Amino acid sequence: MRILVMTKPVPDPAANAERLGPDLRLDRAASPSVVNGNDEYGLEAALQLVERLGGEVAILTMAPAAGVETMRKALAMGAMRGVLVADDALAGADIPTTIRVLAAAAATQEFDLLLGGLDTSDGAGGAVTAGVAARLGLPLLSAAALIEPDEAGRTVRVRRLSAKGYDVLQAPMPAVISCTQVLGTPRYPSLKGIMAARSRQITTLSVADLGGDLLPGGGQWPSRVLGVQPPPSRAAGRTITAAPADAAREIADFLAERRLI
Amino acid sequence: MPPTLLVIGEVADGHLTKLSAEIATLAAGLAGSSGGTALGLIVDAAPDGAAAELAAYLPRVVSVASAAAADEVWAPHAAAEARRLLDEGVTHVLAGVTNDGRDVAGLLCGALGWGVLANAAGATWEGERLVVEAVVLAGKAITRSTVDAPSAIVTVTPGAADAVGSGAPGRVESREPAGSPVVPAARVLERVAEAGAEASLEEANVVVVGGRGVGGPEGFELVDELAGLLGGVTGASRAAVDAGWIPYARQIGQTGKVVRPALYLSLGVSGAMQHRAGMQGSQNVIAINRDPDAPVAEIADLFVVGDLFAVGPALSAEIRARRGG
Ligand SMILES: Cc1cc2nc3c(=O)[nH]c(=O)nc-3n(C[C@H](O)[C@H](O)[C@H](O)COP(=O)(O)OP(=O)(O)OC[C@H]3O[C@@H](n4cnc5c(N)ncnc54)[C@H](O)[C@@H]3O)c2cc1C
Ligand SMILES: Cc1cc2nc3c(=O)[nH]c(=O)nc-3n(C[C@H](O)[C@H](O)[C@H](O)COP(=O)(O)OP(=O)(O)OC[C@H]3O[C@@H](n4cnc5c(N)ncnc54)[C@H](O)[C@@H]3O)c2cc1C
Repeated sequence: MRILVMTKPVPDPAANAERLGPDLRLDRAASPSVVNGNDEYGLEAALQLVERLGGEVAILTMAPAAGVETMRKALAMGAMRGVLVADDALAGADIPTTIRVLAAAAATQEFDLLLGGLDTSDGAGGAVTAGVAARLGLPLLSAAALIEPDEAGRTVRVRRLSAKGYDVLQAPMPAVISCTQVLGTPRYPSLKGIMAARSRQITTLSVADLGGDLLPGGGQWPSRVLGVQPPPSRAAGRTITAAPADAAREIADFLAERRLI
Repeated sequence: MPPTLLVIGEVADGHLTKLSAEIATLAAGLAGSSGGTALGLIVDAAPDGAAAELAAYLPRVVSVASAAAADEVWAPHAAAEARRLLDEGVTHVLAGVTNDGRDVAGLLCGALGWGVLANAAGATWEGERLVVEAVVLAGKAITRSTVDAPSAIVTVTPGAADAVGSGAPGRVESREPAGSPVVPAARVLERVAEAGAEASLEEANVVVVGGRGVGGPEGFELVDELAGLLGGVTGASRAAVDAGWIPYARQIGQTGKVVRPALYLSLGVSGAMQHRAGMQGSQNVIAINRDPDAPVAEIADLFVVGDLFAVGPALSAEIRARRGG
């Protein structure tokens, strides 16, 4: 099994300090950077598959050069090598550009499965993994809760989260899969993993290395943020600290007033 | 040239989803205010019912009876039909922020290279530019953004508009499917519904939510009981889902479902930003939590400090008593 996982560095949600800077772009200095949650779930699933079936897990990132720091965290979990597309021309890249660049970079690699996240915790567009599948002309198995490849049959089965539960999908490999939290908790890197990650190879590519016309607008994105404001604050509510039976009466009164019971 | 907005309709159990109706209303309004037009697309094995429902909002609906949609994934087929309509001058494609809607948006973006305005909570014209408002970074900020190009793909969140019919039903045009999906479509071998799946969280008027504080799967019996009494549906925080107490389909929040009920009642939920992202459009919020400093206090209309295992049953008894007498 050769699995390539697209991993995006995002501000650590645990720091709860994500914000846009004065240039209306993500302020990357405001929070430590981590691998996007959904990408980590995909990476964990990939590592478990390769532990069972043999093969290789590699990661693919598009980020500024400092992105290697975050990639080391994924390598410490067990990914064997990384590909980083870093290019000043990509600063502030929008969704279609990200799709073009990641698809072109993925096309330089050999893989049976290409994994991405369902969405990210920063941009949260949820369009990139599907877009990459379209560029590569590969089947898309989205919102994965379980991934089961059949190497002999050259097919993969995925449980796809649906509104009511899940659908069982099957497609030939190579295929593109978008990953969710339901795949399971990612491992913590072991000390050995952290040591090993230092010597694992990260190949850095520029846009020119990828060839083709990836920046048709010459690095000017038509998608632009015009302004940003804080969310409206909700009017302060009432706090009840009464004993349970009294509290219950107050809740019921509130519900009755608003015709909810 | 005036814009032409295409609404990608979604179907659940043979009916148009509430979100699709909202998006259609938004699109009809945008068409009206720009001298443009709006049309809808339904791709389904049996599209007629939903197509007629969508036509209540839009002057024209293209209805594609796609046998393949029954046993293959939907998005590559829907994206192919949408692409076919682009020849008719479509400038903006609007899809819902659902797994299917985002798949269509992503597939079309990859295929066409159009810009994407993600997670629109509202949209207006500023001159010829479509400007959308989006709640970003787990609710920490609201952005206004645009695409400086004649065409764009827009994904729309629940509540961007209230669904209001146009008063004059539109024309439904039936079509044969285009044939080839935009990417090879995966086969659907089986569709599995989990317990409690009949009740749609997104469409519920009352949502009762259990968090880590309910302590285990048994704790959801109390949540279910209150939901039953209030005519509502049970939801959960991610902590409860990750613990395996309740299926993911019940999760509310940034990575779960977005609900906008008349009443949101939570038990043992702390109110993290990522959870709020899925419920802040609720009209009335009641939270029961034993920690007086829980962040959920900031968004609750009624914040009850107490043990959910005492207040919950007392509330249940109180409601029963009022109904009985
Ligand atoms: C608050 C905010 C709002 C934004 N809104 C928009 C918008 O409306 N339109 C727009 O065009 N751009 C927008 N952007 C920019 C957008 O985030 C970037 O274009 C980004 O490169 C990809 O989008 P995403 O984070 O939404 O990815 P998603 O589509 O949510 O990502 C899905 C998966 O694709 C893979 N992936 C995505 N980016 C990378 C990467 N750089 N390296 C490796 N893998 C990756 C990951 O596996 C990820 O889980 C926004 C950014 C921010 C911070
Ligand atoms: C990228 C990302 C996406 C996320 N997406 C989501 C999402 O979609 N939805 C979501 O919910 N979360 C999401 N989260 C997780 C979120 O940050 C919180 O961790 C989660 O919401 C916490 O769930 P909780 O409130 O049930 O648990 P906790 O935060 O542990 O809160 C439990 C609460 O229960 C109270 N309590 C305990 N016992 C009792 C009792 N007997 N009586 C009364 N009160 C009691 C406690 O005081 C506490 O306030 C996401 C996180 C990340 C990083």
